[in-house]
Amino acid sequence: MKKIILKIEHLKKSFGEKNVIKDFDLDVYEGEFLTLLGSSGCGKTTILRSIAGLDPVTEGHIYIDGKEVTNLDPQHREVNTIFQNYALFPLMTVEDNIGFGLKMKKVPKKEIEKRVHDMLELVHLLGYEKRKPKELSGGEQQRVSIARGLINNPKVLLLDEPLSALDQKLRKSMQLELKQLQKKLGITFIYVTHSQDEALTMSDRIVLLKDGKIEQVDTPVTIYEHPNSLYTAQFLGDSNLFQGVVTKVEKEYTWVRVHETDLKILSSDWKVGDELDIILRPENIKISLESGKENPLQGKIIDQIYDGAVTNLMIRVGKQMINAMYLGNDKLYAKGQMVYMTWDIEDAIVLKRKSSDNEQ
Amino acid sequence: MTMNNKKIWRYFFLIPVIVYVALLIALPLLYILLISFFKSDSYGGMITTFTIQNYIEVFDQVYINVFLKSILIAGLTTFICILISYPFVLAVSHKKPRTQKILMTLVMVPFLTNSLIRMYGWLVLLRKSGVINQVLLGTGVIHESLSLMYNMSGILIGMTYTLLPFMILPLYSSVSTIDPSLLEAASDLGASKIKIFFKIIVPQTLPGLFNGSLMVFTPALGYFFIVDILGGGKIMILGNLIKNQFLTARNWPFGAAISIVLVLITSLLILAYRKLGGKMDDLGGA
Repeated sequence: MKKIILKIEHLKKSFGEKNVIKDFDLDVYEGEFLTLLGSSGCGKTTILRSIAGLDPVTEGHIYIDGKEVTNLDPQHREVNTIFQNYALFPLMTVEDNIGFGLKMKKVPKKEIEKRVHDMLELVHLLGYEKRKPKELSGGEQQRVSIARGLINNPKVLLLDEPLSALDQKLRKSMQLELKQLQKKLGITFIYVTHSQDEALTMSDRIVLLKDGKIEQVDTPVTIYEHPNSLYTAQFLGDSNLFQGVVTKVEKEYTWVRVHETDLKILSSDWKVGDELDIILRPENIKISLESGKENPLQGKIIDQIYDGAVTNLMIRVGKQMINAMYLGNDKLYAKGQMVYMTWDIEDAIVLKRKSSDNEQ
Repeated sequence: MTMNNKKIWRYFFLIPVIVYVALLIALPLLYILLISFFKSDSYGGMITTFTIQNYIEVFDQVYINVFLKSILIAGLTTFICILISYPFVLAVSHKKPRTQKILMTLVMVPFLTNSLIRMYGWLVLLRKSGVINQVLLGTGVIHESLSLMYNMSGILIGMTYTLLPFMILPLYSSVSTIDPSLLEAASDLGASKIKIFFKIIVPQTLPGLFNGSLMVFTPALGYFFIVDILGGGKIMILGNLIKNQFLTARNWPFGAAISIVLVLITSLLILAYRKLGGKMDDLGGA
């Protein structure tokens, strides 16, 4: 049984009339890398700030390591925050910035020096002790701010879109570095991001938020391969959506009519007449010139887009545009060519359509 | 338009400022410097010989006492202004932008009335039978009227009241440049409110603090009318001394010498500020 390090119960937060967080519950386990993922305005930063104590909550309870902290000031909570803009103290040197938390706790000077040194080594910034934040690059500033948080050995480290200000390449390498750092230190990370990429790469678990509520909590693999809603499927990764109606149900397979073709899916408890959403990831669609045995959906190649390692295809079926892809760039298809699309039957994500999804 | 033409236009627009500074500041100051080396005759005129007698006279114990008293009053005024301004600007900076604007405009409202008239207004408030004493007596807080004027406290009230905006304005613009996330980060890292104030806010607002101090301290050395009205003529500061030398004693050269010493003191303060790492730019605005 994993130990719960952070518990959030019935968290609610309103700004004036606006309810940003509506009844949010979450258990975070010790040592895990948990990501709060969602589009802007979904309340993910609000949740983070509530945990840190930077904003008072409207209702609900927050426990850190079994101790209620709901009404505690930030300085009394055993969590530290990494701010989106780093929030380094501009007049202090790197070493004073990193040692700030220990100094506040009245740790002896010698020990502060030693631990600051260790931290600098950990984030590869030895030799930067005496520099001021503005003499550092964005990536270096980010490392300092992470070191400044980690040095206090927080029960939970809260990271608020820490990589969003960095360029693409640096972001990628920092993602890996952060993940390794987290594993090495075993500190619980709660990471806020709007980037599904970051969430999938780094997390042990992803909490997908929508309008201040949890849409799904799962491991990256589960949330990507078995989304339990159309919103989740479309938020994480690219997806193609087919909407259809069940026409025939057998023991093992069920048939759904889409674009005048009957697509075969695995049987669940579907009934004839059910309206279903079938979601297919572009990478799971196989293109061939001959009609396959299963699910031969015919379409016309509209465009090929070269994207480095892969080539993206745009294929029109009826009035719908489908995204598919293949590895490499050996141009096999011509514009206007008719092709067949097939896929492994297990790769199709099937969801019962909700009335609210109709506009999708 | 050629480059040259552009340059000429640029200087053209500078002319009013140059004329203003030259005619109304530089020239009079040079004149004061010049006559401070003259001798006065018994009828208020000047004898145009070179002497440093005036400067030697400044170091007379009587005048040194005036200097010390002035510095004490100016120093206390500055200190009181700092004590009032910090809580005020910090409170204002946490309000909504609109409220901030309104509050800061209110700070400047007193400028709309002549400061001499406002000092006479204080008489009504501060005297033995004045509003403040009446209220305090009436509510039973005190049983005997307080002497709030014609003494040191009257002068300090008047000085602080008049000069407070000059502390609040630069301090406010300094405080409003602090990124709020710095305060959150400090709090997150375990700093108490007091620690945040001394470790983060004060260092970050040092330019504004010094700017404000300079703008309060310097005039406080010279605002003779406040001392005249609320000090009851019992206390004298540099401003009174200079005024008296020019208008009462009719000893212009000596008045000029004291003025020059005052200018030197002020310049030394600015120099000290630069030595401490302050930039002159900061003295202008933020």
